[in-house]
Amino acid sequence: MTARTAHDSFKGWPPPVLDPAGPFATPLSTLTWGLLAMCVLVMAVVLTALAIALFAPRSWRRRLGGERLVWIAGLGFPVVVLSALLIWGLSLTARLTEAPRPGDLRVRVTGEMWWWRVAYLDAAGRETFQDANEIHIPVGRPVALELESTDVIHSFWVPRLAGKLDMIPGRRNVLRVQADQPGTYSGQCAEYCGGAHALMAFVVVAHAPDDYERWRAGAARPAEASLHKAPGALVFQNSGCGACHSIRGTTANGVAGPDLTHVGSRRTLGAGVLPNNTGTMAGWIADSQAIKPGNRMPAYPVLNGQDLRATADYLESLK
Amino acid sequence: MRAHIDLTGGERPSSAAQEPWPPRRVEVRGYPGNSVSGRSKAAGAAMIGLAGAGLLACAEKPSPIRQITGADPKRGLAVIEQEACGVCHDIPGVAWPKGQVGGSLAGFADRALIAGRFPNRPEVLTRWLRDPPALSPATAMPATGLNEAQARDVAAYLYTLDDR
Repeated sequence: MTARTAHDSFKGWPPPVLDPAGPFATPLSTLTWGLLAMCVLVMAVVLTALAIALFAPRSWRRRLGGERLVWIAGLGFPVVVLSALLIWGLSLTARLTEAPRPGDLRVRVTGEMWWWRVAYLDAAGRETFQDANEIHIPVGRPVALELESTDVIHSFWVPRLAGKLDMIPGRRNVLRVQADQPGTYSGQCAEYCGGAHALMAFVVVAHAPDDYERWRAGAARPAEASLHKAPGALVFQNSGCGACHSIRGTTANGVAGPDLTHVGSRRTLGAGVLPNNTGTMAGWIADSQAIKPGNRMPAYPVLNGQDLRATADYLESLK
Repeated sequence: MRAHIDLTGGERPSSAAQEPWPPRRVEVRGYPGNSVSGRSKAAGAAMIGLAGAGLLACAEKPSPIRQITGADPKRGLAVIEQEACGVCHDIPGVAWPKGQVGGSLAGFADRALIAGRFPNRPEVLTRWLRDPPALSPATAMPATGLNEAQARDVAAYLYTLDDR
């Protein structure tokens, strides 16, 4: 079997909601259940009043028809309940969107049609390196995600770690996430953003702190120089792939598409839609338009079979 | 040799020397609006009967050769979905993706050749599924990394894909 099967690639998919796995998702879950309980309660009261009005003896109905009840149940009760819920909700979620504090781990996630550009920032907010469609974080530590968009409104949603937050062109929204346990937490664009919106998924990978440091050191490095001697590297270069894609350590320095420096170690291709293996890589390059219509990468039917395989082999070797 | 009777004027039949060539076009009448005499009705029925006999002859498959002992088409389909073979192939039974890079595999059980080059037999197909470039260096289909058992399961699934 190739490096990773679909089973591993899509671990945690579809993401369960109301199953919080971190301190920023728990209050949302609590709030959701609280609101639901309140809705059920109010519904029960209203239906009971309706039943009384329709079927109860005259004395009961007279009591229900008084003006005092309209003032109390019709105005006073909603004002009190809704205000209380609003205050409770705001206080529960206030911490979720706080601005990054010094010492926070900062990651900038940019929504693009239809994938996620992920830039790891240093303490001063400068970009250190880029990746795509996967966000790696250490467990037990809050991470400030700076959410942006380059084209249309997307919405960042990883239900087990945080609430939805829109990514709005020209704005930077901050969303804090934290995972308590190592694992993979799936996410999905939650705001219709065009044709391939449904095919715009991602995953948050939470590592134990040591593993995270190891991962980050590896991801920040360019791919091993010897890998670029593979026959596929030449095809990649000659076909102009570097106009849109970067492979750090080579002449490929395009910024329109995802950084491919370590593409072989990603869990999925096409933003969470395909398992990542040589076959899917070759198929994606040859005709990504058949898989994800309208995506910004053109189909490459010009490559012959051998070149296509060589390119896929090369890209898969970039671990 | 299979009897192959083409009633619409296609390639020359290979084993039916007694058939006139080119074969006559069969005109089936009797649709609403057509006036059909009793005689032509009978002739039409005879022709349809003949056509039916021809189809039956076609339906005889050399099926035992496509049997793979111990392989399970269901497991094969699971492997196909895991590896996302659908990225390049339109495979009946796989809802998505339905790629167009490597061609549809509908009716694969009825195909004479694998990739237009190799006899469509279980042992050849299994080898092909594991490492196509070893058989055909110019192919675009990469080595899949499947093990023998997985490749046999996938082959078993592909042999369930007949045209009928």
